[in-house]
Amino acid sequence: MGKLTNEDLVKKISEKYSDQVTLLGEPFGLPTFETSRDQIIDLLTWLKNDPSLQFIYLTDITAIHYPELPKPIGVIYHLHSLVNNVRIRIKVFLEDADVHIPTATNIWNGANWMERETYDLFGVIFDGHPDLRRILNVDDMTAFPMRKEFPLEDPNRVDKKDYFFGR
Amino acid sequence: MQNHPVYTDNDPQTELSTLNLGPTHPATHGVFQNVLQLDGERIVSGVSTIGYIHRAFEKIAEHRPFYQITPLTDRLNYCSSPINNMGWHMTVEKLLGIETPKRVDYLRIIIMELARIADHLICNSVLAVDTGAATGFFYVMEYREAIYEIYEEVCGSRLTTNIGRIGGFERNFNAIAFRKLRKFLKEYPVVLKEFENLTKRNRIFIDRTKDVAAVTAEDAISYSWSGPILRATGVDYDVRAMNPYCSYEEFDFEVPVGENGDVYSRYLVRQEEMWQSLRLIEQALVKLEKEPTDIFHADVPDFYLPPKEDVYNNMEALIYHFKIVMGEIPTPNTEVYHSVEGGNGELGFYLVNDGGRSPYRLHFRRPSFINYQMYAPMSRGMLLSDAIINMSSLNVIAGELDA
Repeated sequence: MGKLTNEDLVKKISEKYSDQVTLLGEPFGLPTFETSRDQIIDLLTWLKNDPSLQFIYLTDITAIHYPELPKPIGVIYHLHSLVNNVRIRIKVFLEDADVHIPTATNIWNGANWMERETYDLFGVIFDGHPDLRRILNVDDMTAFPMRKEFPLEDPNRVDKKDYFFGR
Repeated sequence: MQNHPVYTDNDPQTELSTLNLGPTHPATHGVFQNVLQLDGERIVSGVSTIGYIHRAFEKIAEHRPFYQITPLTDRLNYCSSPINNMGWHMTVEKLLGIETPKRVDYLRIIIMELARIADHLICNSVLAVDTGAATGFFYVMEYREAIYEIYEEVCGSRLTTNIGRIGGFERNFNAIAFRKLRKFLKEYPVVLKEFENLTKRNRIFIDRTKDVAAVTAEDAISYSWSGPILRATGVDYDVRAMNPYCSYEEFDFEVPVGENGDVYSRYLVRQEEMWQSLRLIEQALVKLEKEPTDIFHADVPDFYLPPKEDVYNNMEALIYHFKIVMGEIPTPNTEVYHSVEGGNGELGFYLVNDGGRSPYRLHFRRPSFINYQMYAPMSRGMLLSDAIINMSSLNVIAGELDA
């Protein structure tokens, strides 16, 4: 363990991908990169298969919504190299009109439900996913509830005034 | 993998029958639905449906200040809620850069390992019940009660504990808590050994569990398994050892691994982890002796609520109380991922903060959710009764599955 440092990782990625993968920062020692959706599968496959990196463990796939950005939906991957004990975070931002991203289920079986959850909550469409259905919410739901415009409570409720609570 | 339920009752070409296992079924210990296609007693295919107790915790968390998210984490894996609570506190402490005193770390380890014992104890004894051995369950269940009584002394509640605060604990451990803890440490190993004697080399138990639902390490990693069920396949990935938090690096413990990832290996791994947890608690108690006995939280007045008598009588405490409750304290604008070894595996908290009083986005990496997705594909070709045992040994907790 500990053979690969974050600096090595950043250097290796910038050598291979130069300007296609950009380093966003290293918050709390976790290197965070941004890439485009054309590159993401290539990058994930390389990270998993490169013998010196071996990011074989997909920790998590999730998304985030920044309504004010031109590309509001961010899909976030967390990978873990068990051999080197290094983690990495990769973000891909998508436009609201075109929330498509290729699926990672061909790389990890475990991506299946993680992508379904991301689809269910954010409406990200994972192209090539074998079974992209809602997973936590009911099938006939039309909204994507983790997007910021979706209210937490029924907006017509009158018995509770949010401003009393600083919300 | 068969993804959609195919109802073939009227199909003359096959003799398959469809069984709705769940959503509420006494054998599944929670709200799980699996639509199974059966050929006799053998499962041909299955589809899992989840989300029956989805409570939108991630959405609610975006509207709550940090300290009010702790009760939400209780309800993830409710068999070991203190681990979830501590994991959340540590995530926020990492975000805010709070250093906790050593005594807090040791007290947390005691509580977290008790929670791990409570979690594994239920899983293993219920596994024995599902194979037909109900006796062991009654032996060990009494000690889950003993663990809950220790929680009760520390935080006042039992199942959904809301234990601890950001920076430490809400109150110091009292003498009764330590007395109950020592009593537990004295009595539980005897009972655990007795339970082990009942099951470990029991021919019937072995016949029911050995080589059932065996999973290879490659499959387990590909499905992002974590926790005891991953270690049962021989992969020694334990967050406590790999990315130590809460001073785990100072402790001497082993990460048990299994051989072939079957139900029996999972049982053995959990059993051994309980012994290791007992070791950790013993060590923590020894380490506590060297620490000052009056420290139970970090000195972070910006985030740790002052005692009520101070709020009423002390201007400064009143100001801090007001600032915390109204959320007027700026927080860093960054993101953090922190994971702890929960009862079922890597429990991760991905927190994106925008500087406000509540998270911009909070995602729980829930081990049960991720572990459970292999259940339907791995059930293919299995006998129905084996699939029930397999579900028990995965220890999927509905609260953690759905969040």
